[in-house]
Amino acid sequence: MRIAVQEATFDLGEESQRFAADVATSGANAGAIVTFTGVVRGSDSGDMVAMEIEHYPGMTERAIGQITEEALRRWSLADALVIHRHGRLVPGEQIMMVATAARHRSDAFEAAEYLMDYLKSRAPFWKKELTQDGSGNWVEAKDSDEDALTRWD
Amino acid sequence: MDILYFAWVRERIGLPKEKIETTAGTVRELVGELSARDPRYAAAFADLSALRVALDQDLSDFDASLEGVREVAFFPPMTGG
Repeated sequence: MRIAVQEATFDLGEESQRFAADVATSGANAGAIVTFTGVVRGSDSGDMVAMEIEHYPGMTERAIGQITEEALRRWSLADALVIHRHGRLVPGEQIMMVATAARHRSDAFEAAEYLMDYLKSRAPFWKKELTQDGSGNWVEAKDSDEDALTRWD
Repeated sequence: MDILYFAWVRERIGLPKEKIETTAGTVRELVGELSARDPRYAAAFADLSALRVALDQDLSDFDASLEGVREVAFFPPMTGG
């Protein structure tokens, strides 16, 4: 598994290809690779100019590591990758990606969903929407995000 | 003990990190001590249901013991992904 918490952007194609190549050479005989990319969405009112993503260095890597290890335990995964950015991002930019590889697609899809659900509510990231006038609003956690975790109990 | 604040908790208190001496036995007692210090802390800790706490970088709860803990972090519910 590989976990990266970084300010820099990443090349989705390169990361996907490298992940697939690593899986292919691992001898895991994986037949399915699922990738998910999160992109910064503009606000509905259209006045958001950027998203500031704060994180807790140290705990972030640790929390993502625990979540990913749990996914590897629950599903028959050949490998998993999580990249999550922090800092100032503008709408349209890639914020994160998840990749999972498994022998069959259902494991790969489910594990990717699990990783996304847990990253949303259990990895220490906080988003602030910055508007044109220089003010900012912290994005509030939604009850639905917390509810999403119950399906994995 | 190192105390860390993130997101609006950091903004409300006005600093990201501080070192304190405390005799608090639990997180809740520590919150009580901090809240008594200054209105900024009292404002940040006014509604504990809107806060999360991590002890030595593991999510915990407000009734947890602080024995042996070196780092306490307070922050709002996470919004990653």
